[in-house]
Amino acid sequence: MAEAQSTLVDARRAAEVRERRARWLLLAPALLTIGIFGLFPLTITLIYSFLSPGTYGGVTWEFSTDAYVQFLFERDIFDGTLEFSSTYLQIYGRSIGLAFVATVGALIIGFPTAYFIASKPPEQRNVWLFLITLPFWTNLLIRTYAVLLIIRDEGIINLGLINAGLIDRPISILYTDTAVFIGLIYSYLPFMVLPLYASLEKLDFRLVEAAYDLYATRFQVLRRIIVPAAKPGIVAGSILVFIPGLGAYITPTLLGGGKELMIGNLIALQFGSSRNWPFGSAAALILMAVVMVALLIYVRNASREGGNHG
Amino acid sequence: MQQRTDTPGADRAMVQAERVTKTFGRGADGVTALDDVSVTIRENEFFTLLGPSGCGKTTLLRLIAGFELPSAGRILLDGAEIGHLPPYRRPVNTVFQNYALFPHMTVAQNIAFGLEMQGKPTAEIGGTVARMLDLVKMERLADRRTDQLSGGQQQRVALARALAPHPKVLLLDEPLSALDLKLRKEMQIELKRLQNETGITFVFVTHDQEEALTMSDRIAVMATGEILQVGTPKDIYNHPARRFVADFIGDINILDVDLDKIDEGRGVVRLPGGATASAALPEAEMRPGAVSVAIRPENVLLTGPEDGARTATGEIERVVYFGSAHNVHIRLDDGPPIVARAPHAPGGAGDRAGVILPDEHLQVLVD
Ligand SMILES: Nc1ncnc2c1ncn2[C@@H]1O[C@H](COP(=O)(O)OP(=O)(O)OP(=O)(O)O)[C@@H](O)[C@H]1O
Ligand SMILES: [Mg+2]
Repeated sequence: MAEAQSTLVDARRAAEVRERRARWLLLAPALLTIGIFGLFPLTITLIYSFLSPGTYGGVTWEFSTDAYVQFLFERDIFDGTLEFSSTYLQIYGRSIGLAFVATVGALIIGFPTAYFIASKPPEQRNVWLFLITLPFWTNLLIRTYAVLLIIRDEGIINLGLINAGLIDRPISILYTDTAVFIGLIYSYLPFMVLPLYASLEKLDFRLVEAAYDLYATRFQVLRRIIVPAAKPGIVAGSILVFIPGLGAYITPTLLGGGKELMIGNLIALQFGSSRNWPFGSAAALILMAVVMVALLIYVRNASREGGNHG
Repeated sequence: MQQRTDTPGADRAMVQAERVTKTFGRGADGVTALDDVSVTIRENEFFTLLGPSGCGKTTLLRLIAGFELPSAGRILLDGAEIGHLPPYRRPVNTVFQNYALFPHMTVAQNIAFGLEMQGKPTAEIGGTVARMLDLVKMERLADRRTDQLSGGQQQRVALARALAPHPKVLLLDEPLSALDLKLRKEMQIELKRLQNETGITFVFVTHDQEEALTMSDRIAVMATGEILQVGTPKDIYNHPARRFVADFIGDINILDVDLDKIDEGRGVVRLPGGATASAALPEAEMRPGAVSVAIRPENVLLTGPEDGARTATGEIERVVYFGSAHNVHIRLDDGPPIVARAPHAPGGAGDRAGVILPDEHLQVLVD
């Protein structure tokens, strides 16, 4: 009896071990990929950010915190004293602002779109979703050039408005923040629409009816029932637009003309013509820290609100 | 809560459907869910729409709530036409079949929702919510999220939420169908109590005839987009006007007989066994000829095989015992089978027996 019981325990333990091993085996490819292509480069970046720049790019193996100091202070060329400088903070501020506005813009455009698709009969939804993802079939660079052609001074928007007699001179959109904003929204809109759709599709329409029945007007139904139901989608979509928007490189370079730097341009510059790899590394890490802090605050706020009423 | 008062105004019409037709879709594949339906529901009434699946009960309810607009006809609430108003402009609330509680709100927030949307002051909302929680005995669960509630509790919250704004009419679409039998019986009593205490007109949908008979003040029996008969449970049970109604509600014997003539508002029919009897007539106009008469098994009297002129005789086919009584299945000599319900069986299968069909329980049916 006791023996039988102990073999039973052994068998169960063996099964547990086998299951644990299987789980790790399933995880291994993902862990390996993250390790090699994620953590390893990140570690290099971290190490480089604490070294000194080499004359022709690269680094020299000499410990230094200059890269981080440089972010906030300017060293006087003559006496070497440090003086506070907001140049880089401004670049970060501008980038965060643009990415934020683009996220809000994408949300405002994406929400009705997602709702529209989710309210279609199931067999039609896939067609609409396909149309939403259609831009992904073309390379981002080409798509951005297409935007450039449309909004430039001789582009169809301006030509159309001039021909219609609405304006005399072209409105210059290209190489302004507006152009970058348009480009960002256009590039990342699908990342907003898809998660929004995923959560709206699950919305029980009978809840909407119940709210109408309880004297809620259309706007109140939207605010009290539909938006709370879409909250996971709003959170996910905002993250998916904000983060790549913050680090965007191609869009601000082409549409912003590189006149005013965004974070992506700044980092690229350090590894290119500025030949300051440690500062480039530090800038990238600071960006990452900013994103992580912003995410933490955002997600915590969103989930707290979700618990209270929304 | 205001007490129910049986003032002379109790017969006042609260909801009126006038020749309402509702068609879904267009052309060849259009579905007519309601076909020229007229019905009047009175103030303070527990009114039940009873009928088989697909007969249009939910559609009628949704027309009253405002989720659908009538294809033709008018809908009046308390004398005013409301057919064109959106749901949030109608003083009517619904208890949905699946409850449709807001998952991201607590019990109390769910109940407060309608009051908030009406723009009631916060203090009043708090008071009403507390009273509603008390009314449905859910005080202890006020701060629970609704997905942590049992089916019966969700049901109570849905009721409280719909009653809180004190609507003129409460619509209930098969609210009990998801509950198990015991809970269902409890909630039936509970619903009647709530209706009495609030004095609100209830329009209740069910396809369960027993539920309809025990709870309702009046019942409308529906079939394929039409209302076949409206009446008190007793009326409907004892005097079904249509063959469908008779068949749908309870057990009943339906016999094919000849209607000889109409005499003083009653039909003189020739029963199996040769006796003539006087049966109640439905409201519709009848002409002599072949008709159906109905009689409930419990109204069929069992006698000995040679018990006089009014007796029809036959052979017992089988006796089914079901606790409180026996159902005695008899095949009459002239052909038709008939079931009589009696406390004691007069014999076993193969024995001879006689039945008497009393005049006062015979009802002529319209097909
Ligand atoms: N939105 C709709 N579109 C098309 N047809 C509909 C729609 N709603 C209802 N119908 C049809 O109308 C008829 C009546 O439906 P309804 O839902 O009113 O029936 P019901 O009596 O409530 O049935 P149940 O007991 O099954 O709930 C059915 O034939 C149904 O298929
Ligand atoms: Mg229904």
